[in-house]
Amino acid sequence: MAGLKDATAVVGIGQTPFAKHLPDDERTLACRAVLAALDDAGIAPGEVDALASYTMEETDEVELAKAVGLGDLTFFSKVGYGGGGSCATVAHLAAAIATGQATVGVAWRSRKRGSGPRPWTDTAVQLPTPAQWTRPFGLLRPADEIAVLTRRYMHEYGATRDHLFNVALACRNRANQNSAAIMYDRPLTREMYMTSRWISEPLCLFDNCLETDGALACVIVSRERARDCRHTPVYVHSAAQGLPAQHHGMVNYWNDDPLTGPAHATARHLWKHADFTPQDVDVAQIYDAFTSLIPLSLEGYGFCGRGEGGAFTEGGALEIGGRLPLNTGGGGLSEAYVHGFNLINEGVKQLRGTSTAQVPGAATCLVTAGEGVPTSALLLRS
Amino acid sequence: MLTPVTDADGAPFWRYAAHGELRVQACADCGEPRFPPRPCCPDCQSFASEWRQLGGHGRIWSYVVPHPPLLPDYAAQAPYNVIVVELADAPRIRLVGNLVTQAGAPLNSLSPDRIRIGAKVQVVFTGTGLPQWILERP
Repeated sequence: MAGLKDATAVVGIGQTPFAKHLPDDERTLACRAVLAALDDAGIAPGEVDALASYTMEETDEVELAKAVGLGDLTFFSKVGYGGGGSCATVAHLAAAIATGQATVGVAWRSRKRGSGPRPWTDTAVQLPTPAQWTRPFGLLRPADEIAVLTRRYMHEYGATRDHLFNVALACRNRANQNSAAIMYDRPLTREMYMTSRWISEPLCLFDNCLETDGALACVIVSRERARDCRHTPVYVHSAAQGLPAQHHGMVNYWNDDPLTGPAHATARHLWKHADFTPQDVDVAQIYDAFTSLIPLSLEGYGFCGRGEGGAFTEGGALEIGGRLPLNTGGGGLSEAYVHGFNLINEGVKQLRGTSTAQVPGAATCLVTAGEGVPTSALLLRS
Repeated sequence: MLTPVTDADGAPFWRYAAHGELRVQACADCGEPRFPPRPCCPDCQSFASEWRQLGGHGRIWSYVVPHPPLLPDYAAQAPYNVIVVELADAPRIRLVGNLVTQAGAPLNSLSPDRIRIGAKVQVVFTGTGLPQWILERP
């Protein structure tokens, strides 16, 4: 079987500005990001025959296709579990194109989470499971649910708030290099971090991602087609989704080992189909809705052993020049929180050599989707 | 305050809780307890289940202290605690709840600096049948 390995490539990326409030509605932002990505690729909208997005995306395929003038679509897919679906949008398109179901795919996410409502404030749509077991007791927000796992992680392995600060600082430092980032002109200090207000102890304000309006998109084609596009192709080397046995989402409290998140199952498949190893990854874009997802993901994707994720962040390991430069556009913590799609596009920028915080000679990049929910990941290579 | 929005699988838990009983679903064939409740047993695939009474003792496995922004009823009590309790007689089942000074006390009735991972706790029930937890050695 030929498989997915390097069979497709990302050839176009596009984004809108990021802000706390953008005047355009989500549909308009989606159109702008998709057209920007197609223009970047040098591909006309009429050539697009495949789409992929998140189940939480509110601009549907019909609205997007008729607005921007897409061709006849033969493949369209939506992936569930919020930010866990980000990399899977690219993976689904890669699979569709590699198997001949389509030729030009566009993945996108448009969201007004900066000026729109916080999802957890909508008490009418709470699902019976697991909300009945958690929400009456005041475990209301994703931050609360992940804070439970964070506290246990710190207790079990001796991880500290300084480790979480290392994550926040690396993302902020990269955002300070990226004029498109929300936090471009806002440096972070350890004192600011340690004295900031709590959101859900042990998570403080700077452990939480931004609330952002914005949209992004990327274009995927076969490796043969990619050679004719405007930019250096960025190949989808390996891709995986992961829903581990007896996993319960962000309230993963009801199994043998709650701290073994979906990253572990995803990573096993991802590396099984790759020609390189974690030690060969030049730069990583790891989903950072909360700082504590980084140590958990570093362990899950094999950059260190169980319980070593906190210590891994020491000594500038996540900075440019460190062991594993992280979230080089600023990530969800400091560039924009658009369900992780900015991490995908930043991975492409690194492998094109055009990042605002370029890792010299970067040829391989790991991109991950939300840890703590059924997730997905990509290995990209130039 | 939010009340449990229950479903067919979860309803028995709340019916028993209303009578002051802490019970969890267990497989009627292989005996394995499971939580949250669901239609069939992930170990033996049996659809037969029973509701097993537990002693109501456990240890704090983790906890958080939420601060605003929160829903109004919860913001009014913030900062409060939410604990996750590992049950003594079903260790893989960890129930989310609140550590309080006595049954029916508000979510913020106990100072957060009294909370420790590993502390022994015991279940109590509010008048409306919501489980809460008190320290075994206050």
